[in-house]
Amino acid sequence: MSTLTRILALAAFSLLAACTSPGGFSGYGGAGGAGGAGATGGMPAPGTVAYFNEMVGDRVHFAVDESALSEEAKSILIAQARWLNDNPEFNAIIEGHADEQGTREYNLALGDRRANAVRDFLIAQGVAPHRLRTVSYGKERPIAICSEEACYAQNRRAVTVLIAPGATS
Amino acid sequence: MNATAAMGAMKLAFLLVRSAPLALSLLAAAVPAALAQEARGPLRIEITEGVIEPLPFAAPVFVSETPGAETYARDITRVVVDDLTSTGLFRPIPESAFISRITSFDSPVQYADWKAINAQALITGSVAIAGDGRLVIRFRLHDVFAEAPLGEGLQFVAPPAIWRRIAHKVADAVYSRITGEAPYFDSRVVFVAESGPKDARIKRLAVMDQDGANLEFLTDGSALVIAPRFSPDGSRVLYTSYQTGFPQIYLLDLATGQRRALSNQPGTITFAPRFSPDGRTVVYSMSSGGNTDIYAMDIATGTIRRLTETPSIETAPSFSPDGRSIVFESDRSGTQQIYIMPAAGGEARRISFGKGRYGTPVWSPRGDLIAFTKQNEGRFHIGVMRTDGSEERLLTASFLDEGPTWSPNGRVIMFTRQTRGAAGAPALYTVDITGRNLRRVPIDTAASDPSWGPLRP
Repeated sequence: MSTLTRILALAAFSLLAACTSPGGFSGYGGAGGAGGAGATGGMPAPGTVAYFNEMVGDRVHFAVDESALSEEAKSILIAQARWLNDNPEFNAIIEGHADEQGTREYNLALGDRRANAVRDFLIAQGVAPHRLRTVSYGKERPIAICSEEACYAQNRRAVTVLIAPGATS
Repeated sequence: MNATAAMGAMKLAFLLVRSAPLALSLLAAAVPAALAQEARGPLRIEITEGVIEPLPFAAPVFVSETPGAETYARDITRVVVDDLTSTGLFRPIPESAFISRITSFDSPVQYADWKAINAQALITGSVAIAGDGRLVIRFRLHDVFAEAPLGEGLQFVAPPAIWRRIAHKVADAVYSRITGEAPYFDSRVVFVAESGPKDARIKRLAVMDQDGANLEFLTDGSALVIAPRFSPDGSRVLYTSYQTGFPQIYLLDLATGQRRALSNQPGTITFAPRFSPDGRTVVYSMSSGGNTDIYAMDIATGTIRRLTETPSIETAPSFSPDGRSIVFESDRSGTQQIYIMPAAGGEARRISFGKGRYGTPVWSPRGDLIAFTKQNEGRFHIGVMRTDGSEERLLTASFLDEGPTWSPNGRVIMFTRQTRGAAGAPALYTVDITGRNLRRVPIDTAASDPSWGPLRP
């Protein structure tokens, strides 16, 4: 989803959110909570993991060997922080990842840097530190498997993985 | 000593064996790769630019002296031949070329028949099954051109189950006698066996003989594991596991199968563990709040000491064999580079200054070289440099080579090579420290992160 589409979708859903009771999350990948939300078919309710993952955006990407947050990443994280602040019953684990162009140990450390860059930013946006843990997978868990920049760019990421209320981390 | 001339010509020569006419001398860490072979007397062949003429040898199937020993005799002979051939320093003469047969271990050898097929070395042996069921293996190395055995020959007595180890011991004795190098065939490698697609890889700790035989799994694959490291005595393994969901270092006792987490400070991850030469201390990396530094832990007491304290990434620590220094990688200069510091921490000195990035340094068992992974212009290399950073040599090049580990004699490096693309998978390779003799370790599984254990007793 491009940033523009995401912003439009967010705008649409912030309207919907007004008439939907928060907190009624239906679990991972749950959809259709908002009920009859129009053209795209089943849409997740705002307080759901699905909403966070699909509409807010659960991940940000990084430049090669960088852990600095881009402007695009910051806008996504601002939305993540807003959602987390609106849904305080959720905690999160932030996973840092690297592409395969690097040695294993260094990439673990780099993934840790990325995860913590996200965590620090979310904390600065008001999310309570105790709600956010970090983990690094280095280059162990790519989501795109080609050996081209198109895949590497997707793999250099930090993903905010929500922990459902009541679940233990 | 005849080798004086050679000694003068090359620094760093490990000069060997000159009492017997058959001698092969290996020159380690010389640039360019060099190997001098001396067949007899003053004859000396020096080969440069990484080209080497392997020493032709014959190893007729060991004589089976009791019923039931035939299979062992054949298998042991095959492993001996494979071990020696795998070094790239020896070339087996095919059995079809043999003129003589060896039908009795104690009968005189017809040296002329072996000379005629240009065998410089001849290995003869016998296998018998003793009354108690154990194997009795005898063998002897002959210098064909001198028409004499080298020494008295050796005998091993062992349970049949460990016949491969005996074969490695035989090959080690031959290798050491001819090259003057310390043995290494009877050793094991702990590594990560990989299966499944690239985006959902299953990784299991595994151990095998250095030639890929006797593969055994040590974990079941339910938790992601990386980078196991053998203890100096081969009895324990350090590794990193995601068993709790977070990477933490663990200690596994191979004899009992017992494992325990060495670190579980909340909010931290630990990885890249490695033993000190006395096996009592673990150096490792711990990341906290986005910063990775190096720590040392006393295994018995759990006492932790912080060795680096910088905002950069410090990882992949490896002790010098004397235990006094630690080589590690850091990006404090802006990119990954290699540094050496005192074992107790303190001021570090950078030793890598070439183009590109340098990581995963490992100190050689001989103490003179550091093996490393280098990334430059989109390629990965395994290389070695002296401990002051001089005489850097790249031994390999590929899409992704990383994680060198030393053979116990410091002569061979094993590492991970991963192929590119969606179907890309890692495999283990070995290369001689001269850069010659690149070989894939023959195992049936994708594999990464090898750690070479000690020579077995």
